[in-house]
Amino acid sequence: MDAEPPPRASLARLFDPIAAPLAAGGATIALFGAFVAAAGRDPVEVYRLMGVGAFGSWFSWQNTLLRASPLLLAALCTALPAQMGLVVIGGEGAFVVGGLAAIAAGLPLADAGAPPILVQLAMALAGMAAGGVLIALAGALRHWRGVNETISSLLLSSIAIAVMNQVVEGPMRDPASLNKPSTRPLPDADMLGNLPGMDVHWGLALGVVACILAWALMSRTTFGFAARIVGGNPRAARMAGLPVGRMTVIVTFLAGAAAGLAGMVEVAAVQGSANANLAAGYGLTGILVAFLARQNPLAVIPVAILLGGIGASGGLLQRRLDLPDAAVLVLQGILFVALLAGEALPPPSEWRTRSGR
Amino acid sequence: MTAASLGLWTVPIAVLGGAIRVSTPFLFVSLGELVTEKSGRINLGLEGTLIMGAMSGFAVAYLSGSPWLGVLAAGAVGMAFGALHASICSLPRVNDIAVGIALMLFGAGLAFYLGKPLVQPKAPTLPALPLGFWSDIPQVRAALEVNGLFLAGLVLTPLLRWALANTLWGLVVRMVGDSAEAARALGYSPLWARFYATCFGGFMAGVGGSFLSLYYPGSWNEGLSSGQGITAVALVIFARWNPLACFGASLLFGGAGALGPALQAVGVTSGAYLLNAAPYFLTLVILVASSSSRRRLAGAPGELSVTR
Repeated sequence: MDAEPPPRASLARLFDPIAAPLAAGGATIALFGAFVAAAGRDPVEVYRLMGVGAFGSWFSWQNTLLRASPLLLAALCTALPAQMGLVVIGGEGAFVVGGLAAIAAGLPLADAGAPPILVQLAMALAGMAAGGVLIALAGALRHWRGVNETISSLLLSSIAIAVMNQVVEGPMRDPASLNKPSTRPLPDADMLGNLPGMDVHWGLALGVVACILAWALMSRTTFGFAARIVGGNPRAARMAGLPVGRMTVIVTFLAGAAAGLAGMVEVAAVQGSANANLAAGYGLTGILVAFLARQNPLAVIPVAILLGGIGASGGLLQRRLDLPDAAVLVLQGILFVALLAGEALPPPSEWRTRSGR
Repeated sequence: MTAASLGLWTVPIAVLGGAIRVSTPFLFVSLGELVTEKSGRINLGLEGTLIMGAMSGFAVAYLSGSPWLGVLAAGAVGMAFGALHASICSLPRVNDIAVGIALMLFGAGLAFYLGKPLVQPKAPTLPALPLGFWSDIPQVRAALEVNGLFLAGLVLTPLLRWALANTLWGLVVRMVGDSAEAARALGYSPLWARFYATCFGGFMAGVGGSFLSLYYPGSWNEGLSSGQGITAVALVIFARWNPLACFGASLLFGGAGALGPALQAVGVTSGAYLLNAAPYFLTLVILVASSSSRRRLAGAPGELSVTR
């Protein structure tokens, strides 16, 4: 790894970042194919239907993009801290508190008759602040108390989900929501609308812009460069006088803010209120997206669309082939496991030197 | 004393019974994870293993008619998941935390997929010992209906502590967990020791899962686990890698979970969710209080990535 690669290997080096995901993708197609074949379905037909269900028509494209939009933002919650070498898995909690804070900020403003754009802006800011503080807490604990950020973000996430359920059943419960406790719904006029010309809400645009901004911040600014130095070698970063603590808090805040914004979008564009549906696993799938994208914010965009497509095709598989919708979860699980195992493969640029030995 | 005159006593009695019931999966998963973590590896995928154990245990009990066969099958499936985790982690450049998250998703997905036809049927449940036979009060009798798995855990806890401290394999597991270098120098393979330790952890998590589907609540559905697998990972840290403390912590976490429904029975309805989250909060407080940015968490295995 440290050795200078031979000059001839430069072409192979282009493939380094995608070799492992490609190998993992191939292995997944084979393994999941065998899985559905064992269940008595024709694997070729399964994959054909998945393609149709995900990308076969404008309708399925919209469904795919709709499912991809929360994943774009949720994945940043893991991908951004990863630049600094931190493994944060609390996206689910940040998503949930983001949604809760958004509705808490939005309802009083809507009651006061504020214009929709102001209501939405306040909701977005509140959601980002809540999610950001949650994950920044994990970052701060990591830096100043040495508490492992993976465990603490997981614990904070579980606490956040409990707090949401409590608030939704208690202080903020809408008496009209009988079977499923919810907060009061946001007035229709204040809901986030759809992008022009399609049935996909503004969350998609927010997600794509956030991914591009996150990439620009990490790859094109001094701050991002410094953050990646911290990720590579924290001791060297400290020696160089970088404010590691402050940077950790900023990056983890931004990460949580992204997931919090996703929660706000879920409330303001999909659910209309905060309820237990917020903890539907977007945060967990976001972790998968971030790892599949190899923690690159720009690569999050195609990966989120791919996974959104896999999710969107579940309905068609169920209708046509009577495959349970959990088949999609199995596919995601196999993909994740294969990808991590693929990390062990040597990158193509090292094949020559390996075989020469 | 009759049931009606119990009054507020119903709360502690119900909490005791609930703690015994709710703590059993915690106890099994945490004892298994304790051994895995002692060997220097963390398996975050036990939530998936637990759900797989619940599903497969229910399926085998339903098909064979024997709940104990179901428990054994759940353990075997759990062990297979542990072996999968350990095999992937033994590859170079692979992060055990990420593999755990992946197996969490995979296990849950696979269990939901395979368990679809099991949502309707009823399987035979595990027997319970009526340890409350001496009392006429139905609440006391109900609280002291102790299931066999809890008693097995009760026996296993001191046994595990003794084995970790006094047997060769206990020594090897601890040595591998504290310093892989030292173990290698003495001719023990850290990878194999961790493989067995992770398999053991998987076995226990599978058994813990079978408790959910075969005793309490005693049926299979997709919402069966309320995060016991994840909580157990935190519980091991809370118990500072000590089996006896794991037992106490399991009872404490189980009691916290049982307090909500018990209070509900006497008319206090708010706060159930927060009580369920109390274990997470307590673990976080313990982590913050006992960690420092300068030294490692006291009592933690030296090779464990999450305490470095």
